[in-house]
Amino acid sequence: MVFAATLEGPSIPWVELIPILSLLAGTCFLLLVGSLVPTWPRRGYAWVAGISTTVAIVANAVKWNNLRYDNGETFFADVIAIDRFSVLASITICLAVILGALMMSAYLLRMNADGPELYALLLTSAIGALVMVAANELIVLFLGLEILSLSLYLLAASNRDREQSQESGLKYFILGGFSSAFFLYGVALIFGSTGSTKISGIGQVLSGNISVTNTDAMLLVGIGMLLVGLGFKVSAAPFHVWTPDVYEGAPTPVTAFMASVGKVAAFAALIRILAVGLEQRVDDWRPVVWALAILTVFTGSILAVVQTNVKRMLAYSSISHAGFILVGVEAAGHAGSDGIATSMNYLAIYTVLVMGSFAIVLALSGNTDGETNLSDFKGLAKRRPALALAFTVLLFAQAGVPLTAGFVSKFAIIKSSVEANSYVLAIAAMVAAVIGAYLYLRIAVSMWLEEPESDSEILVDPAVAIVIVVSVVATLIVGFFPELLLHATRLARFAPL
Amino acid sequence: MHASFPILSALILLPIIGAVLITVISNKHLEIVKLIAMLFSIGVGGMSIWLLASFHSHDSGFQFVSQHDWVTSWGISWHLGVDGISLFLVVLTGILFPLVILGVDPHHDHKRYLAWLLLLEAGVMGSFLSLDLFLFFIFFEIVLVPMYFLIGGWGYDKRVYAATKFFLYTMLGSAFMLVGIIATAVLARRDIGYLTFDLVTIAEQASFATNTGRWLFVSFAIAFAVKVPIFPLHTWLPDAHTQAPTGGSVILAGVLLKMGTYGFLRFGLYLFPAAAVWAKPVLLTLAVIGIIYGAIAATMQTDLKRLVAYSSVAHLGFIVLGIFAITSQSLTGSVMQMVNHGISTGALFFLVGMIYERRHTRQIAELRGIQSVAPIFSAAFMIVMLSSIGVPGLNGFAGEFLILIGSFQSARWWTIVAATGVILAALYLLWAYQRVFHGEPDEANSTFAEMTLREGALIMVFIGLIGFTGVYPKPMLERIEPSVDKLVEHVVTHSDYKTPTIPNIVVEPHGEKAGE
Repeated sequence: MVFAATLEGPSIPWVELIPILSLLAGTCFLLLVGSLVPTWPRRGYAWVAGISTTVAIVANAVKWNNLRYDNGETFFADVIAIDRFSVLASITICLAVILGALMMSAYLLRMNADGPELYALLLTSAIGALVMVAANELIVLFLGLEILSLSLYLLAASNRDREQSQESGLKYFILGGFSSAFFLYGVALIFGSTGSTKISGIGQVLSGNISVTNTDAMLLVGIGMLLVGLGFKVSAAPFHVWTPDVYEGAPTPVTAFMASVGKVAAFAALIRILAVGLEQRVDDWRPVVWALAILTVFTGSILAVVQTNVKRMLAYSSISHAGFILVGVEAAGHAGSDGIATSMNYLAIYTVLVMGSFAIVLALSGNTDGETNLSDFKGLAKRRPALALAFTVLLFAQAGVPLTAGFVSKFAIIKSSVEANSYVLAIAAMVAAVIGAYLYLRIAVSMWLEEPESDSEILVDPAVAIVIVVSVVATLIVGFFPELLLHATRLARFAPL
Repeated sequence: MHASFPILSALILLPIIGAVLITVISNKHLEIVKLIAMLFSIGVGGMSIWLLASFHSHDSGFQFVSQHDWVTSWGISWHLGVDGISLFLVVLTGILFPLVILGVDPHHDHKRYLAWLLLLEAGVMGSFLSLDLFLFFIFFEIVLVPMYFLIGGWGYDKRVYAATKFFLYTMLGSAFMLVGIIATAVLARRDIGYLTFDLVTIAEQASFATNTGRWLFVSFAIAFAVKVPIFPLHTWLPDAHTQAPTGGSVILAGVLLKMGTYGFLRFGLYLFPAAAVWAKPVLLTLAVIGIIYGAIAATMQTDLKRLVAYSSVAHLGFIVLGIFAITSQSLTGSVMQMVNHGISTGALFFLVGMIYERRHTRQIAELRGIQSVAPIFSAAFMIVMLSSIGVPGLNGFAGEFLILIGSFQSARWWTIVAATGVILAALYLLWAYQRVFHGEPDEANSTFAEMTLREGALIMVFIGLIGFTGVYPKPMLERIEPSVDKLVEHVVTHSDYKTPTIPNIVVEPHGEKAGE
């Protein structure tokens, strides 16, 4: 009791935690009530997940509104930063959770395996993601990363009837464990050289007059290890090898979720570490990010060319998208750049595109969730013209065709890059985008110009239809009126140190 | 002086509305679909002719300007305008599309075919009318999508290969241009004070350091050179032209290629005058190589459509020659030749398409003696072909003659080599004509059907334009010249380039008559 009096914990502003708490409440409700009440109404679990995420979105939106005049602040002894950057990333993540839950409900109903577990895992992984984007402390960030990753390993392996799903989960788990180790070791080294695990604290130490020359090598190795760990999570080349296998094997809604939420969270964390913590070490990390970006855009777009499975194709295209975001991150390493804003912009748009694309894959993947070969898409325009049209819009958006959101996102990134005088990177990214376009054209050719191989009826679940319509409409609206999103992402700032 | 009706926006939006309407109408009402496509394309054509009629002929600036903010944080606006350089390309676009829609039957999937065509028209119109770099890029790039589907969906055997090649090739060129456009706007901000993609503002207020300007020019030039296409970036063209359906070929040759040459004028010379002067020798040389190479390649073709495609490479070479000779006459000739080539090559593709419909082959070796079974068809082909060769009294001559006269003053040796291209053009076209139309028809060709009334009416429009422009180019010239003169003056004041001091040769409408 004596100790309790002297060991005073930080004050807890519960209001700031509403998004996370709401997801947590949803998780608990699903697990507890789900195990007590055996039969739920149709899509009941999805509703619970959706409602708790909606509460999180509303709370975030209110917070966004409150942050009109300031950049936010840090809480819990400075380990959590609720600023416009984290709020924007949280909203993106929560939207992805809702779309993911919709797809999940369609998937589970089709597999006849509706149950609370997967929704609970969706919510817990989202909790991890929300912690990651707001973490101002490397250990807390690691906690978030592990919550996210562990949930995703389980989700990836959740289809017990499909071998690839097991393989996917296991592969992701083993390789993810490696990358976590790298990350953690990096944290340790950075702590060793700067004496802090707080991201803003590291920034202060590095910008102060304290000499770190003796520990320079340690710091550089630490930075490198952090980049490896997070590079794995965002599937940047050469740490991308797991991506196609895991994306292909995981149930389609999980793939969509992994591709969007995982990437947003990891990129947000990466950007915060680089831009806040290692701002003074820009000259050290920028060339590394430069090289990663070039390697990633080309790896993604070139390897995509030879794929025959649409899920693998989209996996490689997600690698190439990660490369594009790295281009924005590289730009953010130059003074006065809006690279952070444009990277966030790209992430938000990418989330919508990838959700919509995988929703269409889900609609076509059949009862085994395995019919995702390119040949399964043949003649889709003759079987379901609306579906083919929607997929075409999303694919062309991913290729960066004007008047779609995809063009806006690419344009913004290239603009940041050019403003930062990174011309080589900008041109390389655009050339890679052209190579990548071949992939989308191949899918479009299959859908529009080839004869269908089967004429079995394609049933589109209403929940999937909602995801598709929402993403296509959002793609076109942002494509025609980019100002709407640009305005929000331009405001994405970090809390002051 | 401006009409209150935003006619330029209407020229772009009307086809889009038409395409949307067509998409939502059920497949069962095919007649209504066709009617809508017809009405909308004719409406756009009518408006473009109205635009021509109300265009002030001696005004060198942009007319019918319409400007609205779009993406304010990037300084992007919906800025449209038309001047003497773009006017006739807009009119050509307005005329060609209804002719394609009325004149060619795609045989299947009419609904999608017509929707794509209308979208294509909107894109092409937008490219010719945009005065904002971002807006231009959007239209320039969006054109690929409908064209890709038109070639891929309604083309011949190797259509998917050709369509993909076309898409990727052009997109690669545009990739460089996108970086160039952004860099232009970002760098111009230092002179202008704020970020803007507005073409006129940047061209008039910003100046680029010598090397910067050159890099920027190169980034634009790659995109346009692919589109024109300039040798050695032309390899997509024969495939795309040959595999495209007739309507697609007509549009491709008629207006799409002009987006490249127009781009050189509007965005190359106007934005980067000093760099354009610097790049002059290279582009002139490539243009001349294109003329000779295109002609030789055309001579060797066994496929009639491929022959016409290669003739385009040669003809576009003349246009590029005229552009980079940078004299008033050569530029005027180039602008005129863009339109002329659109008319004559468009008509040639129509005629080749008609041959294919009848014989299901385009191989020259399998065609013979058509003249004796279908004299009217042959006569029409002859006139169009002569126009393409550039025979005096027809439209091809007026443009080519101006280009050669103008270029001779500033790029003498290039012009001398290029002039031999005129003879080569006569060689490959006349030889092809001789093989296809002369001689005794064999069994397969003896049933070659004569031109139908619909086909005749279609070709008559082209022949009318060919004859009118050939005999009386004055109305066209007096609208083109002021804008071209202004452009040349812009180049002269913004670079160390001097126009040749040879006294201006005034081309009177009867000038060509005298040369005949």
